[in-house]
Amino acid sequence: MSKAEIMNGNELVSEAAIAAGCRFYSGYPITPSSEIPEHLSKRMPEVGGVFIQYEDEIASAMAAVGASYAGYKSMTASSGPGISLKQEAIGLACMMELPLVVVNVMRGGPSTGLPTRVSQADVMQARWGTHGDHMIIAVAPETLLETYTETIRAFNMAEKYRTPVYILTDAVLAHLNGRVELPDPSELEIIERTQPTVSPDEYNPYDVEKFGDIPPLPNAENFPKYKFHMTGLNKDKTGFPTVDVAAVEADEERMINKIMNNVKDIESFEYYKMDDADLVVFAYGTNAAAARVAIDEAREAGIKVGMFRPVTVWPFPEEQVAELGKTFNNMIVTEINLGQMLYEVERVTKGNVEISTVLQAAGVPIRPQQILDKIKEVS
Amino acid sequence: MAFHYELRFAGIGGQGNMLAGAIIAEAAIFFEGKYATQVPTYTSQVRGGPTKADIIISDEPIYFAESTHINFFLALDQRTYNLYKGDTLDGAIVLVDNGLVNVPEEDRKRWDVYEYPIVRTAKYEVGNVITANILSVGMTGELTQVMSLDNIFKAVEKRVPPAFLELNEKAFKMGVDIAKKLKAEKGK
Repeated sequence: MSKAEIMNGNELVSEAAIAAGCRFYSGYPITPSSEIPEHLSKRMPEVGGVFIQYEDEIASAMAAVGASYAGYKSMTASSGPGISLKQEAIGLACMMELPLVVVNVMRGGPSTGLPTRVSQADVMQARWGTHGDHMIIAVAPETLLETYTETIRAFNMAEKYRTPVYILTDAVLAHLNGRVELPDPSELEIIERTQPTVSPDEYNPYDVEKFGDIPPLPNAENFPKYKFHMTGLNKDKTGFPTVDVAAVEADEERMINKIMNNVKDIESFEYYKMDDADLVVFAYGTNAAAARVAIDEAREAGIKVGMFRPVTVWPFPEEQVAELGKTFNNMIVTEINLGQMLYEVERVTKGNVEISTVLQAAGVPIRPQQILDKIKEVS
Repeated sequence: MAFHYELRFAGIGGQGNMLAGAIIAEAAIFFEGKYATQVPTYTSQVRGGPTKADIIISDEPIYFAESTHINFFLALDQRTYNLYKGDTLDGAIVLVDNGLVNVPEEDRKRWDVYEYPIVRTAKYEVGNVITANILSVGMTGELTQVMSLDNIFKAVEKRVPPAFLELNEKAFKMGVDIAKKLKAEKGK
């Protein structure tokens, strides 16, 4: 560990992106994400990277996709209204199978909603915001340190699986200034996209027969040597369009399976004080901090309660939550929205557990006391 | 019980309360070796909207960073005082600018209230209204006694532009002296 520093969540996302090897940032500022472009506009030139503020969110997201095509690790950041605009580009990255990191600093919505206030109401947008069948990876850090480490992991997963990855933070985490001890850069695992070893003539960007489900993708150094085509249309191995039924079906299924078959590598979750618990709280992101405090206080009052906290929220931790459903009689789902991940919990627990909720969409954090009251009511 | 102290600086956008909160948190982290957090809450307006900075200082890592059990509450605006006073603990220290905030009688019974024309003093006695936040920081340091005044001033030095350091030092010291005088008047 290096020395303690004071940083906020937005600065930590920015520094982690640089540590992960991101050298292209394009965006359009929006509260509460604006400290990310502010910080990177200074830092990118210092590390030989590119920072561009575009005319709008659509252009900036498309530029980030283009930079990834050209071999650069790229990122774009925004908040609800801007993320809505970026959906077209995110879908393009899904179809082109390009690594991309998208930061959504969640604020109240819909529309311009509550620009300066906290929310977790975009978790379903992250999963289903862009159209078409697709899978997505999304992480939701709870603390400042985790904001840093999960940003690194987001870049690694984007490169490894050739996919967009969301980092879901929120207005509180973004602006929370606190002491954080950053890992030493030499301790970080940084993953680069697999490089083609075949000659440029033999390379096709979607040649799964030759390369497996996740074909290599040229980095910035190799990009000029490997000429290849990519499009938003369903494609064959060369990257040119196809409507061949068998080819399209195989392609659609593979794009989902390349993530789902590796879910053990992608998943990340925490069991907090669960060893002897007879009641479980499901919480994620900054709201898990409130749940953690509530659980500590409940335990002081003799209530055996624990928390299941997904850090990777997409793909949803189906196996773990299904198991909780079988093990527990009662579960409390809490999130700073009016019930989104709740649908997933209900889906995978199949009615095996009695679910109570602490939900709120009012632009303020859910307080530990609100969760504690529910714990006392249920237990 | 480990040390745990919660503060809230409330006012309107442009008064510098966010920075004042950051200075207190930074003093605790850099010069007192404690855990501390500062969370700003503000509105879409650049100036004039209700703002608050919640600061928590603790011996232990802080998870939930909004102040919910406030030991010290500072308010430089009536609307914001009314809006954000609710989380203040019984017996807590409350500091207001009495040129801008009227403290109701029932609040005086609940809290240890200190009043002073902070903004006017910054403008006419320190010589620049922008120093009101540093004057507040000095008063906060003296009234709360949670950190050494030297350490708080080191955090001021870290944050304030060199050209304005002398002016802010004057504001900080004046804040400390005013707080001492107010405490003496209460026999503390």
